[in-house]
Amino acid sequence: MSGISLQIDGQEVGARAGMTVLEAAQSVGIMIPTLCHHEKLEPFGCCRLCIVEVGEGDSTKLVVSCVHPVEKGLVIRTRSEKVDRIRKTLLELLLAHAPDSPALQELAEQYGADRNRFEKDTSFCIHCGLCVRYCTEVAKKNAVGFVERGTKKEISFIPSIASKECHSCKECFPLCPTAYLQAAFVLTEALAFPAPSSSAAPGGNGGA
Amino acid sequence: MPRIESPADLETLRKDILSKRDAEKRCITLCSGTACHATGSKEVAAAIERETETQGFTGKVDFRRTGCHGFCEKGPIIVIHPEEICYLQVTPEDVPEIISQTFGEKKAVDRLLYVDANTGEQVTREPDIPFYKNQERLVFGPNKLINPTSVEDYLAIGGYRALSKALFEMTPEQVIEEVQQAKLRGRGGAGFPAGKKWELARRAPGDIKYVVVNCDEGDPGAYMDRSLMEGNPFGVLEGLLIGAYAIGSHEGYFYVRQEYPLALENLGVAIEHAKEHGLLGKDILGSGFDFDFDVKVHRGAGAFVCGEETALLMSLEGKAGEPRPRPPYPAVRGLWDRPTNINNVETWANVPLIINGGAEAFAAIGTEESKGTKIFSLVGKINNTGLVEVPMGITLRDIIYKIGGGIPGGKKFKAVQTGGPSGGCIPEELLDSEVGFDELTRAGSMMGSGGMIVMDEDTCMVDVARYFIDFLTDESCGKCLPCREGLRQMHKILNRITKGQGEEGDLELLEELSETAVEASLCALGKTAPNPFRSTLRYFRDEYEAHIHEKMCPALSCKDLISYYIDPAKCQACMLCLKKCPADAIDGAKKTIHIIDQEKCTNCGNCFEVCPSRFGAVKKISGEAVPAPVPQKERAISKASKSK
Repeated sequence: MSGISLQIDGQEVGARAGMTVLEAAQSVGIMIPTLCHHEKLEPFGCCRLCIVEVGEGDSTKLVVSCVHPVEKGLVIRTRSEKVDRIRKTLLELLLAHAPDSPALQELAEQYGADRNRFEKDTSFCIHCGLCVRYCTEVAKKNAVGFVERGTKKEISFIPSIASKECHSCKECFPLCPTAYLQAAFVLTEALAFPAPSSSAAPGGNGGA
Repeated sequence: MPRIESPADLETLRKDILSKRDAEKRCITLCSGTACHATGSKEVAAAIERETETQGFTGKVDFRRTGCHGFCEKGPIIVIHPEEICYLQVTPEDVPEIISQTFGEKKAVDRLLYVDANTGEQVTREPDIPFYKNQERLVFGPNKLINPTSVEDYLAIGGYRALSKALFEMTPEQVIEEVQQAKLRGRGGAGFPAGKKWELARRAPGDIKYVVVNCDEGDPGAYMDRSLMEGNPFGVLEGLLIGAYAIGSHEGYFYVRQEYPLALENLGVAIEHAKEHGLLGKDILGSGFDFDFDVKVHRGAGAFVCGEETALLMSLEGKAGEPRPRPPYPAVRGLWDRPTNINNVETWANVPLIINGGAEAFAAIGTEESKGTKIFSLVGKINNTGLVEVPMGITLRDIIYKIGGGIPGGKKFKAVQTGGPSGGCIPEELLDSEVGFDELTRAGSMMGSGGMIVMDEDTCMVDVARYFIDFLTDESCGKCLPCREGLRQMHKILNRITKGQGEEGDLELLEELSETAVEASLCALGKTAPNPFRSTLRYFRDEYEAHIHEKMCPALSCKDLISYYIDPAKCQACMLCLKKCPADAIDGAKKTIHIIDQEKCTNCGNCFEVCPSRFGAVKKISGEAVPAPVPQKERAISKASKSK
């Protein structure tokens, strides 16, 4: 296991070459908040919530622990005034989009983030990319992808693939930190294929 | 031309080309860069060809269409060698006179010469024009001498000599050492030492390594890379070949914006010529199996973020142009996970200079940490707009006043924005700062790729910040949160402030969002994006406060914060403004003082523009109430009052 030794929150940690700082922290039970990270997926580093402070004294910098490789002698703090301040702002930016997400609310409480800091723009999706990456990397279906760029970017199902693959899969549903995906999918299904009035609730998918 | 099999062959060919050229023979060079092309250079070229023939100068006078000369404001530009007589803003109609007078009567056409706007002095020779005189054109110099599609022209000025020297007289390690000694830093933005980057790529394990030319120049108003690629693609290619040899790479890529068709065309020609002559492909210059190299050209689809090296590599791989985290750095794991060295066009173009002249000569120019020259695109509120190449260490004041000729219209200088959209604005009191990577960073701006936008007193600095943040929000790839959402929120707030809806706490919130973007963004776009805000807040805080607290725009520029008003004491009832008002907001008649109906006024500013300066009756005001209109009975203008 050992090979590279580093210090996380004052604790000496042994890590293998190629591990990320996040993995090294998790291996000794130090929790760092994440939203876009998933152990089955390639690190993506887009939500930036897992930033940690590296270095000592005046020469510190912030790195994103889910993509930053371990190096010998790194001194890492997973909480600091600066780390907490930036995590708070990041959460507030996310809460403008998904104010009612339980995962975000829980973190908001921890970091004192104000869900009303920014004007609401409830698009629900926070672009963590978990569904897209899971579908590509694990399910290997490529049924959902990103479209557009920047502030206009959103996820989109490719109808020709989704109509064949998604109904029997839906493995991306529970990954979504804002539950937007599930809501959107069920809603679309309900609108596109309205159930006869005699059947169960619209869009019911058989207790998946 | 035959394949060149050895360095001796190369020199023989060069001598052969030079022996057929007479340095005393007169030659018309015509700038055919993109800016001159837009102002009619093609038509001027046709006229030159026609007139030299009809006036009987065929064979006696050479004609060469060259790349961009840099003085784009005054194009199309003709320079006649060997005297270097310079004609500006030439039209096809001027050409018969140019030919007959310059070659027939042996005297210059005075009306086409440069006239100094400040002294009124006429200048005949190009090197004496202040715009050129104060530059140091080492990299950009060949542009005006060669036809960018003629490898013979390039060979005539010493082309490919550096490549030959590197291949036959230097080891790859020595080449890297030379570039390190020269302290060449990347011209694309970050200013990372090029030699160090090369060494990392050379040392990185792996048989397959790539070299890449970054010609995805996306800064608004910047076109130095474009002009280099259009005007002298050979120089860039030669630099790339030398770099490839040093790093141990056998395959390279040119990543060129789709929007640069002429650069693509001329580059294509340069690559073809190089292949024909054995300067590309197997066994280059007969160097044996030690060095073969091939290049491919990739056209970028237009995303600003693809200028960032990791996003560019993603795009080259055929994926969405989104940056990826560093480390691992491209030098270790880049294109298709292979060690990759990526440099900007201008960086590569500097390499032959260093190999030819030696590191010492190169490093003799510049400041302690920034060596050589830098090309800037000098634009905005400046008399001489164009591309300028200056030694590092020159002051901003010299660039703006000695080369740029100062601010037009007698206006006062306010700030200069350097480094592209994510650069900062530098105020008057720092104009004596030296130009260098670290110097500009300390001033709260950056070198970037070399954009330089001059602003005068009419520019609102809050609006400048809003404009650039708007651009960057639009160009954010959307992958990471602090850039995508942080910039979006910053843009919203700045927009509010310029509309007079700024609130207490806005500046603190903007500062917080800036910190988040700088500290937590994935790539340089997000990390530098808050610069326009941060630098304008640092130097022009009073303007922000005026907008927020007094709902006033001190530069009288923000449309929502200004009003137009006609001073009844000055109005001469000329009816010009009344006729030009598109909103029918001006009431008046002959001999009746005009009044603007504030309800109807759209703040278009037409009335202000057309009111004759000798009257100066239309006023622009901000932060104060518009004076009540004069009572109806006092609106008549009598002859007596008019003559006052």
